[in-house]
Amino acid sequence: MNNIIKVGMADYKTCLSPDGLTTLGLGSCVGVAVRDPIKKIGGLAHVMLPDSTIFRTGNINVAKFADTAIPALVEEMKKLGANTGNLTAKIAGGATMFAFQNKSELVRVGDHNVEAAKKALEKLKIRIIAEDTGDSYGRTVIFLPETGDYIIRAVGKEEKII
Amino acid sequence: MSDISLEKVTEQYYDVLKEIGNIGAGNAMTALSQMIQCKVDMKVPQVRLLGFDEIGTLMGGEEQLMVGIYLAVEGDVTGSIMFLLKQESAKHLVNKLMMGMGSPGRPDLDEMELSAMQEVSNIITGAYLNSLSTLTNLTIYPSPPAVTVDMAGAILSVPAIEFGTMGDNILLIQTQFYDETQIDGYFILIPDLKSYEKILKALGIM
Repeated sequence: MNNIIKVGMADYKTCLSPDGLTTLGLGSCVGVAVRDPIKKIGGLAHVMLPDSTIFRTGNINVAKFADTAIPALVEEMKKLGANTGNLTAKIAGGATMFAFQNKSELVRVGDHNVEAAKKALEKLKIRIIAEDTGDSYGRTVIFLPETGDYIIRAVGKEEKII
Repeated sequence: MSDISLEKVTEQYYDVLKEIGNIGAGNAMTALSQMIQCKVDMKVPQVRLLGFDEIGTLMGGEEQLMVGIYLAVEGDVTGSIMFLLKQESAKHLVNKLMMGMGSPGRPDLDEMELSAMQEVSNIITGAYLNSLSTLTNLTIYPSPPAVTVDMAGAILSVPAIEFGTMGDNILLIQTQFYDETQIDGYFILIPDLKSYEKILKALGIM
């Protein structure tokens, strides 16, 4: 069995095939999986919030925000030898966990996270080839850069691969 | 906007929160024991400030099945509150409440049990917020609760994101209570920053 590296909340990690990456229990957060299909290098970011620019404080955790985590992840992948022109992405998560309507912006944060992830990927000219986002349930994801499979598990649902 | 950050919260504030947690959880347990007509004991709650990664581990892993109850709070204090417990504990509680009319044979909660759980959570969170309101003299109005059953990590992403706008930790109040089995319940109080200041001022700390 190969190593499956765990990525925590507000974190990102990279790996080389045959290793894989996983993050458990994605709720409103988004799991952004990036792959260089030729060099078989993978990266997975577990982003919590869409936009770092709304925070005034200087010292931010770049892995927390879609707009900063994705470029940082791609940089890490480049260090492993990934070629930016090859990269493709798959995204999952961004659920609305509670059906309740509140005035707060944060309730729709799942949707905002998905939009922000797409925007950040577009900015880096990385094509999104699959997604499983939104809805109201949590997801555990496993990303295998060897095949590009992005395995999604949810409670009471059949496993799917996108 | 104030410069309060959770990391700077003082020792004294922890004590206050613990006390609120204690009184609140105490009231909640009294209400609960009346509801299920059974003696319920509890331990002194623990107040913890945890990193995003630690919190899932505390509850038995990110994939542990939990029941999460989430409600918005309005009035002088604005924000939200979450109450979590393991699915099996929730199952046990509602089956007591429903006097055996639930479906104890299956592991998950059916619709009726979920609705009963919503009622239990209403009482628990209501009693908790009442204590906070009485102690601070601030008005606090809770919204009707929303209930979900899912992986701990997924449910916790909701408060984590709200705390994420303030820092990298979550403030959690852990209560343990017993009838004949031990039940771990977790309160997560998520006031916005302005409300933190109000609560602290009302308690004479700031």
